[in-house]
This record gives sequence, C-alpha cells and structure tokens, in this order.
Amino acid sequence: MKIVVCIKQVPDTTEIKINPTTGTLIRDGVPSIINPDDKAGLELALSIKDKFNAHITVITMGPAQAEDVLREAYAMGVDRAILLTDRKFAGADTLATSHALAGALRRLEFDLLITGRQAIDGDTAQVGPQIAEHLDLPQVSYLEHLDFDGKNTFTVKRRVEDGYEMLQVDGPCVVTVLSGAYKPRYMTVSGIVGAYEKEVEFWGFEQIDVVESKLGLKGSPTRVHKAFSRGVKAPGELYEVDTNEAAGIIISKLKEKFII
Amino acid sequence: MDFSLSKTETLFLQMIREFADKEVKPLAAEVDEEERFPVETVEKMAKLGIMGIPVPVEYGGAGGNNVLYSMAVEELSAACATTGVIVSAHTSLCAAPILEFGNKEQKAKYLPKLASGEWLGAFGLTEPNAGTDASSQQTIAVEDGDNYILNGSKIFITNAEYGHVYIIFAMTDKSKGVKGISAFIVEKDFPGFSVGKKEKKMGIRGSATCELIMENCVVPKANLLGKISEGFSIAMKTLDGGRIGIAAQALGIAQGAINETVKYVKERKQFGKPISAFQNTQFQLADMQTRVVASRLLVRQAAFKKDKGQNYSTEAAMAKLYAAETAMEVTNKAIQMHGGYGYTREYPVERMFRDAKITEIYEGTSEVQRMVISSALLK
Repeated sequence: MKIVVCIKQVPDTTEIKINPTTGTLIRDGVPSIINPDDKAGLELALSIKDKFNAHITVITMGPAQAEDVLREAYAMGVDRAILLTDRKFAGADTLATSHALAGALRRLEFDLLITGRQAIDGDTAQVGPQIAEHLDLPQVSYLEHLDFDGKNTFTVKRRVEDGYEMLQVDGPCVVTVLSGAYKPRYMTVSGIVGAYEKEVEFWGFEQIDVVESKLGLKGSPTRVHKAFSRGVKAPGELYEVDTNEAAGIIISKLKEKFII
Repeated sequence: MDFSLSKTETLFLQMIREFADKEVKPLAAEVDEEERFPVETVEKMAKLGIMGIPVPVEYGGAGGNNVLYSMAVEELSAACATTGVIVSAHTSLCAAPILEFGNKEQKAKYLPKLASGEWLGAFGLTEPNAGTDASSQQTIAVEDGDNYILNGSKIFITNAEYGHVYIIFAMTDKSKGVKGISAFIVEKDFPGFSVGKKEKKMGIRGSATCELIMENCVVPKANLLGKISEGFSIAMKTLDGGRIGIAAQALGIAQGAINETVKYVKERKQFGKPISAFQNTQFQLADMQTRVVASRLLVRQAAFKKDKGQNYSTEAAMAKLYAAETAMEVTNKAIQMHGGYGYTREYPVERMFRDAKITEIYEGTSEVQRMVISSALLK
C-alpha cells in the first residue's frame, strides 16, 4: 500500500492582520503552516499507515523554505518527502501547479493520492481535481471519511450541499479531504529530533514528466484583474424579542430603507 | 556565540506550545481546584515521547537533549505548573540518575519503561528530619543475603501516589555520616513498600505529593544504584540536573503570568482607557519580561552545558535561584495588575502565584542555591 499526500505551505491566515490605512495584508511575522485541509489529509494517510503499514510520500511545490512543512510531516510520521522547486514553476496558477504536481506524480507509484480540499490562501479547491484529470484517475472530492478494506477498495463518505454520498472507489484514485474530517496528530519528540536528519528530495523540471509550456507563468491562463479588500460592515442591531415583534421590527426597518 | 534557535528547537517549540495550549491549559484550573493528578495528560505526553525527551533512543527515549527538555517543562508550566513538575521529577530525578549512574542491566530494565511513560518515576531523599540537611538520613538499609532491607520514611515526594519506580536514599553505614548513604532503585510492588498520606499543598496541587513508607522493604542487591556509599554524591548530582527542570518550571510560570497579564491589561478599561495605556503598567511589564528573558538565558545556558558534558552545577543553581525569585515577583505583580479580579480564582494568575512559591523551596531552597554559587566563587 503506497500513499502520496500533496501538501502546501500557507501563511497562517488566522494570524494575518490588515493594515487599516492601506487595506493590504501585513505579512511580516506571520507564521507559515501546513494548509489545514492538507494536514487532515496527512492524518488520514497516517491513520491508514497505523493499521495497514502503508508507505507515505509527501510532496509539495514551492520555494526552498517550503522544506519546513516537509520536515513537520516527517515529524508526524511520513516516510519520504519531495520538494518540487524550480524557477520554471514560478508564477503558476492552479492549472500550472496541477500540471507540475501531475508531472511529479507520474514518476511515483501509489494506490491512493490525497490532497486537501483547498488552501486557505487561495481557496480555489481546484488543484486536487485537476491533478486527477491530468492523470486520468477517479476522484472523490470533499471527503469526510474513508474506510479501506485492506486490499484495494475505499469506501468514502463525501459531503455534498444537502447531505452526503457514500461511494466505493478502487485504487489508484484521488481524494480531496476536508479539514474537519481528521484531527491531525501532534509531531512526536523523536520524530522532531530525527526530522532534520532525513532526506528531503529536491525535484526540478528535469525530474518530472510534463511539457514545459504547461508550467509556470506561461502555463497559467489566470490573470488577476484587481485585488481589493471588502469594506467593513457596520455591526448589526440585536433584538431579543418574540417572533411577532421581530417580524414587525424587520418590516419597519426594510420600509425605513425603502427596500419594501 | 549563537542565541538563535535551531530548526529542530523551533519545530519542537511549535509542537509543545500547541500541546500545552490545547491539552494542558484547559485542565489547569480543574487540576488545581480538585487537587487531581492529570492521568490523562500523562498518557498523552507518554504517547508523544515527552516523558523521555533526553533519554537516548537505545533506551527507548526520544533521543533529544536537556535544552529541549527544559523548553518542554517551561511551556507545560506556562499552562499548568502541576504538569510541569510531573515531567520534571520523572525525568530529572528518576530517569536521569538511572541513565547516569545505573549499570547496563538497570538501564535496560528501567529506562525503556520510564522513557515511554509506561512507568512514572519519583525520588525520595527528604525526610521529616532531613530537609536541607540531607545528610541526617534516618532511613536505614541493612544487608540480608541477596537483598537490602530498608526501614524508614520519606516525605514531600512528587509523583509518589502514581509512581512505579523510586530512587530512594538510605544509610548503609551510619557511622560514616554523609559517606554512609547509598542509593536504591525501588519498585512500588517491592514487599514492605507503601505510599503514605497525601499532602494538602498551597500550589502545584495536582502533583500527588505523598509520604513513602518502607517497613522491612526488600530491595534486591541488583537494585543498588551506583556503588555502596555513593548515595550522597548521586543525590547532589541528580539535584544539579533537577534544578534545570525546576528553573524551567519557574520560568514557565512567570511567562504564563505575563501572557495572562498582557491579555488582561489590553481589555481592562479604567478612566476611559485600557490600563495598558498607563505608563505604570508598561514599565511593570517591561521589568517583568526582562527578568523572565534573563531567567530563560540562564536556564538554557545550564541545559546547554549539561548537554555538552561540562560542569553545570553553578549555572543550574543560578538558573533556579533567579527563575524562582522571578516567578514570585512576576506572579505577585501580575495579580497587582489584575487588581481584585487577580485575587479570585476566575483568573489564572491567582493559581500561578501559589504555584510559584514552591520553586523557591524544593530541589534546594534559594538559600541552598546561594550556598552552591558562593562556594564556587570562594573556593
């Protein structure tokens, strides 16, 4: 049983503050973390390893400092770590990113590929499904729970808007995991002590299987038109009244604003 | 000279802070109020390797060092000083002397169980009439075939009630005084061994501090730690290491109190503004944090020297003396800045103040630390 988990290093958006005058993000001193959905995916892989002795490879694409999240993954218990890093990958949108990752994944064997649903910095939820398309693999997105039969079949609970679906899928396949699905374990002390003695493989363009035109800025059709911060909404008014009175207040407020 | 944290230390702090915040802090008030030993926390720490941080991998430990260990005790104590001292007494006072003075068989038998947290360790030196004057031991050990028979009692023993293995000191030759003391590894199931009354304490109220009673307690000769009559030296060297743990505990309590105070002074409004806007608050906080950082440097220096195999006795004494007195001063000021609220159990600084006091007393009082430091100066 071989599992690959794709993870991303992201700024901890809960720690980000906004400069009130310019409206831009203050990134200084903001810690970098493993994207929460990806960390839940890592826990899913580790829980399978606990039971079935699986081999886990973790892979990330990013600048050299993204190595830190791979070390953290080692301290949690993964077996192999790969950092995809190359100038040719720079400026990638989700499509070019998924092409680069798919290019690396063509060089790896796996029965299960796990990604997080989406990253807290971009919130697109596109990379996982795009990888599955590039590799022509079955995919289950929005995974809430996974059972493995110990052979090659996964029974998966998938969250949809008004409920959930239960699906069965055979490996190799791709799943994208929700952050609430699995509570990530802590790093162990011995894992931490050993994390920087293990090898992180650095893979560039030469090591992966993809055409260059699909990578980086050239391979990215997305263009950012404009970025702006949403205006701050005034605090609402709270009334603790019974239903009839509440309806009356709402109607009078709507009339006041000429909405009705 | 490099004061920056290594990558490993940074990763370790990330883990231990998250653990302390999510698993230890939420229980701190309850553990104190109910004088309850946090068994569930010890189990969680065991699983992560926190009960065997400086123990080598070959003995089932995490293969870390004393710098990481001191960081762990600091961060745990910032959340809950009871949890900090459980780890400190277990590691410094039980696993460490077996690692340092134990023979091959003793290490193989006891260290994997201790380092994995399957067994909890403790240390018994203090007696009703032998506190700072540890040489006045009244517990005696008499040879009897393949065993020693121990008689006597020990008091104020951290982890006692939940311990599985104890380092116990006893007189093997009363005529020799200090040079007639020997150290033994005693298991809780040895015949004649029992745990006595539990103390009702001012602080660290969850740490299960009890009396140990040995009534014709049968200890196999194989459990003599070090050589016969080396006990006093083993006790003193063990306490040197223990002081790093207690200094880290005091440091943690102090930093924890500052963190709570910073939060409070930003929220609390008087005279139309948050009290953090008053210069008195700012100056007090500046003094508090400066003392805490100085304590941290002393603690890390002592741990670093121990890791390097250098003599660290004076440094450990300085670290404990300064950090303990800092913890008292800082928690006292923290309550003052909280005003009436700080005097209630609604806010954690009340507990921290009570927890801080013991750090000036156990594992060598502040007076003993001053003796250690000055004797190195004047020799």
